Amino acid sequence: MSQTPDPLKGYRGRARETLTRFGVRVWSDVHLENDTGSRFSGVILPRSETFDDLHIVIKMKNGYNVGIHVDRVNGIAEVGYKEAVYKIPEKEFPRQDSLPNVTLLGTGGTIASRLDYRTGAVIPAFTPGELYGAVPELADICNLQTKKLFGVFSENMSVEQYVVLARAIGDEIAAGVDGIVVGHGTDTMGHTAAILSFMVQSSPVPIVIVGSQRSSDRPSSDAALNLIHAVRSAAYCDIAEVQICMFGPTSDRYGLLHRGTRCRKMHSSYRSTFRTIGDIPLAIVGREKFTYLTAEYNRRDRTRQVVIDPVYDDRTTILYYYPGMRPDVVDAIVEKGYRGIVIAGTGLGHVNKPLYPAIKRAVDRGVHVVMTVQTLWGYVQMYVYDTGRDLMNLGIVPLENMIPETALMKLSWVLGHTDDRGEVRRMMLEPVAHEITQREPHNGYLIMQGGLPEIDEWIATHWK
Amino acid sequence: MSSTIDYAEVGLICGLEVHQQLLTERKMFCRCPAGRYTRTHDGEVLRHMRPTLSELGEYDGTALMEFKTKKNIIYLLHKENVCTYEMDDTPPFLVNQQAVDVALEQSLMLNCDIVDEVHIARKQYLDGSIPTGFQRTAIVGVNGRLPFRGRELSIVQVSVEEDSCREVSDRGHLVVWRTDRLGMPLIETVTGPDLFTPEEAAEAILLIGRVCRSTGHVRVGMGASRQDVNVSVRGGRRVEIKGVPKAGWAVRLVHGEAVRQVNLIGLRDELRGRGFTTADSIAVTSADVTGVFAASELTRLRPDEWERFVKTDSRRSGFELGAGEYCVRAVRLRGLAGTLNWPTQPDLTFAHELAGRIRVIAGLDQAPILYHSEKWPDYRGALQELRKIRSVLQCKPEDGVVVVWGPNEDTQTAVNEIRLRYLDAIDGVPNETRQPFPDGTTDFERILPGPDRMYPDTDSPPTAITRERVQGLKVALAPRPWDREARYAAAGVPARVSHYLIRRGGASLVDRLVAQAGADLKLAGFLIGERLKGLRRAGVPVHQITMERWLELFAALKERPVLGEAWDWIVRPMAESPLLTVREIVDRKLHGPEPADWRAAIPTAVEAVRSRLGGEDRPKLVRASVRGLVRALRGRVPMKDVVAAVTAAVGGHP
Repeated sequence: MSQTPDPLKGYRGRARETLTRFGVRVWSDVHLENDTGSRFSGVILPRSETFDDLHIVIKMKNGYNVGIHVDRVNGIAEVGYKEAVYKIPEKEFPRQDSLPNVTLLGTGGTIASRLDYRTGAVIPAFTPGELYGAVPELADICNLQTKKLFGVFSENMSVEQYVVLARAIGDEIAAGVDGIVVGHGTDTMGHTAAILSFMVQSSPVPIVIVGSQRSSDRPSSDAALNLIHAVRSAAYCDIAEVQICMFGPTSDRYGLLHRGTRCRKMHSSYRSTFRTIGDIPLAIVGREKFTYLTAEYNRRDRTRQVVIDPVYDDRTTILYYYPGMRPDVVDAIVEKGYRGIVIAGTGLGHVNKPLYPAIKRAVDRGVHVVMTVQTLWGYVQMYVYDTGRDLMNLGIVPLENMIPETALMKLSWVLGHTDDRGEVRRMMLEPVAHEITQREPHNGYLIMQGGLPEIDEWIATHWK
Repeated sequence: MSSTIDYAEVGLICGLEVHQQLLTERKMFCRCPAGRYTRTHDGEVLRHMRPTLSELGEYDGTALMEFKTKKNIIYLLHKENVCTYEMDDTPPFLVNQQAVDVALEQSLMLNCDIVDEVHIARKQYLDGSIPTGFQRTAIVGVNGRLPFRGRELSIVQVSVEEDSCREVSDRGHLVVWRTDRLGMPLIETVTGPDLFTPEEAAEAILLIGRVCRSTGHVRVGMGASRQDVNVSVRGGRRVEIKGVPKAGWAVRLVHGEAVRQVNLIGLRDELRGRGFTTADSIAVTSADVTGVFAASELTRLRPDEWERFVKTDSRRSGFELGAGEYCVRAVRLRGLAGTLNWPTQPDLTFAHELAGRIRVIAGLDQAPILYHSEKWPDYRGALQELRKIRSVLQCKPEDGVVVVWGPNEDTQTAVNEIRLRYLDAIDGVPNETRQPFPDGTTDFERILPGPDRMYPDTDSPPTAITRERVQGLKVALAPRPWDREARYAAAGVPARVSHYLIRRGGASLVDRLVAQAGADLKLAGFLIGERLKGLRRAGVPVHQITMERWLELFAALKERPVLGEAWDWIVRPMAESPLLTVREIVDRKLHGPEPADWRAAIPTAVEAVRSRLGGEDRPKLVRASVRGLVRALRGRVPMKDVVAAVTAAVGGHP
């Protein structure tokens, strides 16, 4: 940090004036007296820049914070200075030759985090030492090393990060690690899992993406257990694919390994938010063992040569169709130079007739248009109705049961390779990592309906 | 070392933390209904807790201790009263402003200075009582004072916070919590350490209760108010007796804690006298002696008995039970003979202190939790077995011995806890939270948490409290209890009755009856404060009577005071038949106003009774005659007039 930190961090306007007037700063240990003679003893905390400029925040001796209005401040006397050092106790991560080697690649997110006084929010931070200090169980699983690639919230992950991440994974595999864990914010974890499934192919070892739904600054956080599950999967699991490892139920019970191309965040805050769509998960990660739910996966094989193919064209978008959508939306996308459009259509993959001319114009201009379903579950089946056949005649490629976000990632990746219509079509329809499956098992679609007696009975007798 | 002590001499100091649930429609950080309790559940969640760092970058001692206990925590859920917020699967919604208003009002009642910007903090609790692992809490008022025994009781702070879960069971490593109460708003009022006897502590609890209840905006009933009593003596340390349900309990609890601290200070001096001054000086070793007790007459320690216990108490490995095979572990306490029987609380010894720590932290909770050499049970072979384990441990006569049993790993945790508790003993009185029991004793609950467990709530923005908002609440503030008590006393209402009225919310009703129906304060106080109790106890829903109907009744009473003699006859139908007016009730139940000719009918009535009873027992005759007339005349004619008329009709000498 080359910049001198602001001694009045976050204070603006009148609050800043008041602090300056009394010659105190952030982290000053003070006695503040107000206009009714109440005395507040404690440390002046930094203030979030988004808050008003009328209050001074003090952390009192008993640990509580209070804000005092500047109009009511009679006097502030500094009696000391106590800057907070928020640090997870860092201990050297112990190494045992008998244990597998795992690399944790950090992208940000809440798998490990600390408080940011500027915004009052949680910011990511980790080193192996910190992780060992916070989750000592990791040392019994593997020799862990960490590499922080970037520190961004998952909504800020983008093409640039995908490429860096894919290359970093290639480097780790080349260096001979036994497994890779990617720490990631949960919001766009599904997108990253999908793109990595295309950019990193035929990996010899597991690539496990993990995050947390409750940040690790909370005692009830799922971060530690998720991390333990992910690191164990990377070290020992037999599935050498890109996977997401997150809570199965909301209880602290087991994690699930989801295939990177078929997984979606389905709740804004539940721990058990990730669900495999249109199929079943790959495995259950229990405390002592893995329970494989399928035999269809690439096995761990150190002799297999990984293919790193980190290309991406971000002139692509998802068009989420709704009744009455006006065709000029499509025209606008084309005019702005987009090369690929994933339509999330209704039902089996439909849009309304007024859109047809616009779609035709787009296709004629060389834009690649593909169809997925906004129902998430089920296949695009454009032969069933005339509308579907009409759309195909326009040049739309139906993507079977590829989920829309995966389709967007794949289309971006494909367009990084080619612009040829036939080739794009071929690549989009040829599954790389089960993004299209031939069969949907009957238990691949389960959204149990609460309120039904048999469902409620089951829920009442199982840990959710 | 006695149980009677001079509180002033030992320097007893108490302070209170009084928790009072607020009467709001909804919970504090979600939209669930508040105050809806359930006995069943329709969902369960299993969780664990891990300590996190405080804002200033330190781990809280309690948090670390609770992590060591490795508790499995189950939450029982019911759709009626919890949503995904209570499960910690949804972040908090914006704080319930109704709760903030009631909390501000309470702070004003307590003469506090209102803070200008309320910041929500997280207070860590790793015992599982809150699924997030922390309680959301915020200071709303500081620096208050109440008149108390001719001096002042200082109020350090008032905070508004979410209530915790209710414990269902705590067995070994598994604790089960019910979530219905979780998230209900409450205020915590913290007094200064201004109380100097057990009786003062109890009295201050009642005083704060009356202040809180003066507004009518707090909940009443079982569990709606609970207090923590902080106690220390000179040379001791602050110990928090947690969750005292009734003021009356405080007397014995505070006394017991004072005695305990005095005795622990005595033990400290004894230990130091024996040369125990450093951590290294406490030498605790242990050995697996399961074999010694394989066929013992002390059946509790036998492996077959343990198997039976595990089975009948359905203790599951990995849930209630810790890791490892069954183990009886004997612990040698070097040079510590005589300390296990050292008195602590009245009728308890230092071994009880060890047992508390072992129960909570090692999760070994099968009674009596431990056996020890200074109170070894009496059975055939007892001496031989004790001698055997002393020899296994290579004990010397000056050593003490403790025996614990259970899953191997837990017994090892227990050994370490025994060592740690002795380390604390060298230092005197450890800062602890203790759980109270009805018999006046307390047991270890956890190490007293410090400020390190506080953490700002990053999910909730601060709330600025405007001067206008405070002014608005001030204008509408209920009378302070001491003002009311003085006014009631001047009107002749006994203190007992005015306390009851303030506590149960009747005082605001009485005040309105006086102000709006012109009721006599003493009479209204008597009727609402005393006469209503019987009906309430009989299950009559008197709380359903609206203010309008009370005003109607007291207007009628003012006109015809004799109606007061038929109180139960009128009030019961008022509560049970909300569609009838007071006038209709009076007409139906009392057969109208005073009959003009009632006196004329008395002699006939008396004669009828006389002929039925026979004899000349005049007082009996008077009583029986009056009894016969009550049904027809109650509420219509003053009873004293009926008695006089009957007495005259009976004739002869009184």
